[in-house]
Amino acid sequence: MTFDVYAVQRDFPVLSQTVHGHPLVYLDNGASAQKPQIVIDTMARFMSDAYANVHRGVHTLSQKATEAFEGVRPIVQRFINAAHEDEIVFTRNTTESINLVAQSWGRANLKKGDEVLITALEHHANIVPWQMLRDALGIVLRVVPVTPEGDVRIEDVRAALSDKTKLVAVAHTSNVLGTVLPIKEIVQAAHDAGALALIDGAQGVCHDASDVQAWDADFFCFSGHKLYGPTGIGVLYGKRALLAEMPPYQGGGDMISSVSFEKTLYKDPPYRFEAGTPAIVEVLGLRAAIEYLSALGMQNIAAHEHALLTYATQKLAAIEGVRIVGQAKHKAAILSFVMDQAHPHDIGTILDRCGVAIRAGHHCAQPLMDHLGIVATARASFGLYNTIEDVDALVAAVTKVQEIFG
Amino acid sequence: MSNDLRDLYQDLILDHSKHPRNFRPLPGANREALGHNPLCGDKLSLHLIVDNNDVIQDIAFQGAGCAISVASASMMSEMLKGKTIQEAEKLFAYLHEACTGGDADATGLDEDAIAHIDALSGVRDYPIRVKCATLAWHTLEAALNKKKTTSTE
Repeated sequence: MTFDVYAVQRDFPVLSQTVHGHPLVYLDNGASAQKPQIVIDTMARFMSDAYANVHRGVHTLSQKATEAFEGVRPIVQRFINAAHEDEIVFTRNTTESINLVAQSWGRANLKKGDEVLITALEHHANIVPWQMLRDALGIVLRVVPVTPEGDVRIEDVRAALSDKTKLVAVAHTSNVLGTVLPIKEIVQAAHDAGALALIDGAQGVCHDASDVQAWDADFFCFSGHKLYGPTGIGVLYGKRALLAEMPPYQGGGDMISSVSFEKTLYKDPPYRFEAGTPAIVEVLGLRAAIEYLSALGMQNIAAHEHALLTYATQKLAAIEGVRIVGQAKHKAAILSFVMDQAHPHDIGTILDRCGVAIRAGHHCAQPLMDHLGIVATARASFGLYNTIEDVDALVAAVTKVQEIFG
Repeated sequence: MSNDLRDLYQDLILDHSKHPRNFRPLPGANREALGHNPLCGDKLSLHLIVDNNDVIQDIAFQGAGCAISVASASMMSEMLKGKTIQEAEKLFAYLHEACTGGDADATGLDEDAIAHIDALSGVRDYPIRVKCATLAWHTLEAALNKKKTTSTE
């Protein structure tokens, strides 16, 4: 099927507005993606027609809601090619998914001196939970370096592994540099060393197809809101055998099979990890987003975005004084840059006045910024609805920055 | 270029951001503080020599930041040399009002300083950038109150 980006653009009502008198060019997808009409309608319709709490009621509406809610698990399962639907745990977002693994699997399986291996390009969400465990348990956090181009080399990963390594936790795609890590090789290296592998898929899941079985990932985490779905819903994938041995993360309703003041029995996964009323409406919204993307085809989206990235990289790099930050061999459509004359914050302000929304700052990756020796970047991150014309608007706005700062 | 961007990035601002004044270490400083804007990563270290009569004898800064925060620090360093702490506080109060669209009262204040502050006041149309304009002044306040660090967050 052909990918008609202009038809896709019309599916996103927010994009039809103007900002400061210019048509909105939304290039902050790395922070959060916009929502197609079908996601908005699905959530509104569910609340209008079929909303009730799940897993509880004998009444008709609750049963309908439960069926709709549970019907999303196999959709997510197929989307990331998990083997079983009970390997899909609904969380709040990627951050909560990683914290769940740290607090549940980590506390049950790690002891003083054990090592968790991350890379220098991780988002704070894949750094701080492990630091909290380090402070609580005395584990060691080791960091694989990133090359000046922004690559994570598999030989550097292997060199950092030891028999003390119990977990390798890495981003699928860098939110700053766009680097797509060699996930399959990293997981293989982790397993060769007797460690598990957690993949932070927050930035990867929206740009290309995910296949947890092909990667042999032990844990995979992502958020709905970067996947053109709602906020407040995330996913933790965990291999069935691992989830089965993990203690609960939070206690409460919906995660127990029986409670007395003397003893409480927990449900099996995934319910054991879903205490309290879940984000029911958001789960339905996530389904709509996944179905929307699947109909377009993740490979088609990847091809479209790759063409945008190539064009944008050429155009921006040709502007005098612009330097692209992140020149990895494999990149998703995330383009960080700095300018000799202007600070990223000034770039962000001027671009905004031209209707172009980007992010400027450290992108929740301060250790990476230190590693690269820069304080901040301007970042254009593309989504499936972005066009060549959007890139041209970005380039024109960056040229305007140059005019002002000279 | 659109006019409103010119209100923010006036020539005076661009000049100070490209050629910051008093951008140097200050040996013998008896007041200092580190200012930090966590949103954009701007960092500013400010050093002053204040004499026994509360007069700012010298003032210098170092650090990295956007055009607005560097220009603000540079202009502040120029206008405060020779001023008393009390005068500095009045100028900060004026700047705060000017940059947030408040009712700024320049009565009795140094005209040249006011002209410089008014050049910065274009940030009032950019709420997210007000912190950039005030970072140096918040850092000054911390230094004068002998707090080691301040953050605009």
